[in-house]
Amino acid sequence: MPAVSKGDGMRGLAVFISDIRNCKSKEAEIKRINKELANIRSKFKGDKALDGYSKKKYVCKLLFIFLLGHDIDFGHMEAVNLLSSNKYTEKQIGYLFISVLVNSNSELIRLINNAIKNDLSSRNPTFMCLALHCIANVGSREMAEAFASEIPRILVAGDTMDSVKQSAALCLLRLYKTSPDLVLMGEWTSRVVHLLNDQHMGVVTAAISLITCLSQKNPDEFKTCVSLAVSRLSRIVSSASTDLQDYTYYFVPAPWLSCKLLRLLQCYPPPEDGAVKGRLVECLETILNKAQEPPKSKKVQHSNAKNAILFEAISLIIHYDSEPNLLVRACNQLGQFLQHRETNLRYLALESMCTLASSEFSHEAVKTHIETVINALKTERDVSVRQRAADLLYAMCDRSNAKQIVAEMLSYLETADYSIREEMVLKVAILAEKYAVDYSWYVDTILNLIRIAGDYVSEEVWYRVIQIVINRDDVQGYAAKTVFEALQAPACHENMVKVGGYILGEFGNLIAGDPRSSPLVQFNLLHSKFHLCSVPTRALLLSAYIKFINLFPETKATIQEVLRCDSQIRNSDVELQQRAVEYLKLSSIASTDVLATVLEEMPPFPERESSILAKLKKKKGPGTVSVTDLEDSKREGGELNGGGERGPDTAAMAASNASTPSPSADLLGIRSAAPVGAAPASAGSLLVDVFSEAGPAAPSAAVNDDGFLSSAPPSEDPAPPLPEADELLNKFVCKNNGVLFENQLLQIGIKSEYRQNLGRMYLFYGNKTSVQFASFTTTVSYPGELQSHILFVQSCSCMFRNQYTSENWDTACYSTSPIFAH
Amino acid sequence: MIGGLFIYNHKGEVLISRVYRDDIGRNAVDAFRVSVIHARHQVRSPVSNIARTSFFHVKRSNVWLAAATRQNVNACMVFEFLYKMCDVMTAYFGKISEENVKNNFVLIYELLDEILDFGYPQNSEPGALKTFITQQGVKSQVQSKEEQSQITSQVTGQIGWRREGIKYRRNELFLDVMESVNLLMSPQGQVLSAHVSGRVVMKSYLSGMPECKFGMNDKIVIDKQGKAGSNDDGAKSGKQSIAIDDCTFHQCVRLSKFDSERSISFIPPDGDYELMRYRTTKDIILPFRVIPLVREVGRTKLEVKVVIKSNFKASLLAQKIEVMIPTPLNTSGVQLICMKGKAKYKASENAIVWKVKRMAGMKESQISAEIELLPTNDKKKWARPPISMNFEVPFAPSGLKVRYLKVFEPKLNYSDHDVIKWVRYIGKSGIYETRC
Repeated sequence: MPAVSKGDGMRGLAVFISDIRNCKSKEAEIKRINKELANIRSKFKGDKALDGYSKKKYVCKLLFIFLLGHDIDFGHMEAVNLLSSNKYTEKQIGYLFISVLVNSNSELIRLINNAIKNDLSSRNPTFMCLALHCIANVGSREMAEAFASEIPRILVAGDTMDSVKQSAALCLLRLYKTSPDLVLMGEWTSRVVHLLNDQHMGVVTAAISLITCLSQKNPDEFKTCVSLAVSRLSRIVSSASTDLQDYTYYFVPAPWLSCKLLRLLQCYPPPEDGAVKGRLVECLETILNKAQEPPKSKKVQHSNAKNAILFEAISLIIHYDSEPNLLVRACNQLGQFLQHRETNLRYLALESMCTLASSEFSHEAVKTHIETVINALKTERDVSVRQRAADLLYAMCDRSNAKQIVAEMLSYLETADYSIREEMVLKVAILAEKYAVDYSWYVDTILNLIRIAGDYVSEEVWYRVIQIVINRDDVQGYAAKTVFEALQAPACHENMVKVGGYILGEFGNLIAGDPRSSPLVQFNLLHSKFHLCSVPTRALLLSAYIKFINLFPETKATIQEVLRCDSQIRNSDVELQQRAVEYLKLSSIASTDVLATVLEEMPPFPERESSILAKLKKKKGPGTVSVTDLEDSKREGGELNGGGERGPDTAAMAASNASTPSPSADLLGIRSAAPVGAAPASAGSLLVDVFSEAGPAAPSAAVNDDGFLSSAPPSEDPAPPLPEADELLNKFVCKNNGVLFENQLLQIGIKSEYRQNLGRMYLFYGNKTSVQFASFTTTVSYPGELQSHILFVQSCSCMFRNQYTSENWDTACYSTSPIFAH
Repeated sequence: MIGGLFIYNHKGEVLISRVYRDDIGRNAVDAFRVSVIHARHQVRSPVSNIARTSFFHVKRSNVWLAAATRQNVNACMVFEFLYKMCDVMTAYFGKISEENVKNNFVLIYELLDEILDFGYPQNSEPGALKTFITQQGVKSQVQSKEEQSQITSQVTGQIGWRREGIKYRRNELFLDVMESVNLLMSPQGQVLSAHVSGRVVMKSYLSGMPECKFGMNDKIVIDKQGKAGSNDDGAKSGKQSIAIDDCTFHQCVRLSKFDSERSISFIPPDGDYELMRYRTTKDIILPFRVIPLVREVGRTKLEVKVVIKSNFKASLLAQKIEVMIPTPLNTSGVQLICMKGKAKYKASENAIVWKVKRMAGMKESQISAEIELLPTNDKKKWARPPISMNFEVPFAPSGLKVRYLKVFEPKLNYSDHDVIKWVRYIGKSGIYETRC
């Protein structure tokens, strides 16, 4: 770099900046800036040419003013002129201005590109570097278009200086990230990969960033880099700390390069070539060995660098997941870190261990640290570390230690940080269910959970308890008893009341023998909570009451009295009122036989995937804990936990009000009768064969709503229409217009008119959701002989969206209107 | 009610902090500083709500006065109080500046104790306050019992703004009508909006407890009198009367009497005070007319010619005339020619400033400027801000005339004729703008 000459101090600039800094108020600052701008404008007006120095000075001032937040709309030309200067400082300021203030102004861009091109082709390495930095800093599409083909050439050319190569690699990386379609490696690929063999460590470091990025997109093309990377890595790892001179950082040889190499290797599966693999394993072992050595320096930078490599190596080991020996060693190493006094290390150790726990080879090894982890959960001061500890506990849990872990997590929940409570609750619920051998333990756990952290217990959790209790005969009595006891607490959470209401309503008879829990006592206990609950819970309790009438006829009078009182039968909430009225009537009119049939015990729920798992998955991003793994094991234990997934609430209520599904029921999204959108399995049946029943011989319309509904011509698809659709279709025997099909997402209406031999029909599609349908297409297929009769089909296609709630939809802007003749 | 009152310097350092209610904590002081004084974007609203606390602020030179409250108070009341507070401070130590505030902080705390009680504004009349809050603190201690009780009875009495037993050898009275005229005019000379806001400021040196009556050419009063008297008379005087849109009075004016008879009668405080404030929007005499001519010659040149015409009696003289002609943001040079006065391009304001010391009525003068522009990359057009003007004229642009100011003092032996009365009219420009 050229030495800074004497005149480069730019005194004017320094004075200006200090003036601005001394301004007492914003107004004074603006005044000063206005004055300076006017001065610069008068200088740039250009009666006489400015010399490079003053041009540079004024451009600098403009840059400073811009950085203070003012608009600059001139001076670009002067900056571009600076680019062609031969002085380093002037060129540098010019490039700085361009990178900060460039806008896609066509004429200027051309000039700038020209200047950059000149600099790139010059043999002066500093100028080349400046140009490359400018391209990378701007990184716009125009830049990529202009230089994407040139930079790889500079990068691989034999005579390019090392520092330029470095810049070129990083510049290319930047361009690749902004517009990957423009950067085509093609013929350069192998030569770029061979940069890994470069003598200069800086070039290798820069190149490896580029290669990692490129190989993530097309791994096959860069496959050859694996062996090169391994050999490079082994050379670094085996080198003594003094070998690499400039690239040794606190006695650690080239830590950044090592990390990047290890990360690059994580893009690929373990090398197949035995020699390469052996060499790599050797490297990893060396890294693990080095971690055991006493530190060469007490400085924190030394240990940081060393640990960075170690953690990267461990994640590579986990990525390969094929070397039991290494996995166990890694696990032991992490175990040591668990008690390290550095918080960051503990955090990282817990995080890596989470992934280790999912590997079959190291699962047992991870389990040995359970005490430490539990201790961390309890005593750690940093909440993020506690969170990781909880994750790890969840990941290391299996049948052998489930009870211990669940108990620990439960006891921790009482003091847990609010931000992680909900997740903890879900985890406890899942673990309790998955590893429950003894269902009374499961029921105890969940009830405890509701008691401790009721606010954080989501609907799914208590649905699940009820499903399990209903599906397992042996636990019902115990559940009723426990629930009854839990309800006796003076203040209990609403979720507890829900569970209690449901279980006592179903199985209250199992504990009615005990005089302490006689039917009336049970009822009074439940009813004492009634007034403190929200509407959905009250609705559930009302259903429980009617079940009581069936179970214990002796409570009938009391319950009828309750139902009859004004606060029930005239409740302002329509749902509660309807229930009260209907249950009252049902109990007074129906005979005991009818009652017993209507209010029979719930049938077992069919087996489904646990919705709690789905919820946890939704809550956490991918990659934190391997949920899939848990799911697998869940499936194994499926028959063990004969749990189903139907919403107990809905099913229970179905007896009384099929017409008004309660809101909580929809939360489950599993009403078996209706919706289509959720379950792809039923999508095929959505197909509506309109005309077979609707009117005179006519083509069939099929609805194809991409993503939601799929369809094929009716002849190919034997699936019968939905029962609901069937009913709708029957209407068309005597009607020309009406609703053809309707579900939560879509309403299809038909309007048709027939005159003599001509018929015309319109199909209306109404979007009932609040989002737009994308790529909505309809296919109209015609039975053979009709084809010739179609006069024309006109369709207007547009996206549409209903802005209103799902109840009132009023948009219908898609129509096809074929006109056909007989 | 006002929960606390803070005074900051321009840097946001707290000069005075007085908390009246418990709901305003210490952190309120910082909250205002952080989100208003040091805000990244200039806060233009005088009221800001920060963390459920409302801050009302006014700025005097580089000093911020802020009142904080957590209650739903009448914002006008708070501002009125802040302005009163400024008046009081000015009456005690002159200009409100950081230095003056620092030098008088004991006095300011004393004043704050007096004029705000648990957040409720109290007597804030500087004349009354000066009787018991003196700048020479020691003096108040030697006040006799009688004097003290007199002050108490005065301050708590019906006429809190005047004490008894004032005596002057010469009974004198000064009355200033001060108006500021605001205008926005289109380039074609159409009035887009115009209003005058005026104040009647008095200085009275009268003995005893005089009863005064102030009369002006208020249209309602004149019309009423016209109806009572002969028809001709009413028509004649009706032309000279003015329609007042709204007005506010000093607390000494009997409002009930104004409401029923529309007569302004009062017992004046001693010394300086502002008798009334008013606003008119009809039949305003515009003292100056600005005729702009802007021509763009190509991309790099702009020609501006501005003519000002004075529009009042030739015998009167306008003073301190200043015309600000905004220039485009890419101005690189300006050449100016003006017939009268001095003109200069001020880069820091982005404007040409043309100053004329004096100008008689019914005259005209002009300036022409050639502005050179620097070509820019921005396609944005220059927004052409309006040309603004400042001046001072010796008449009331609203047309207000003082008809009489009668003084009655039944107890002492001087009559209305013995009082020497001085009346002066001053018209100033407010925001006086013409679009170009």
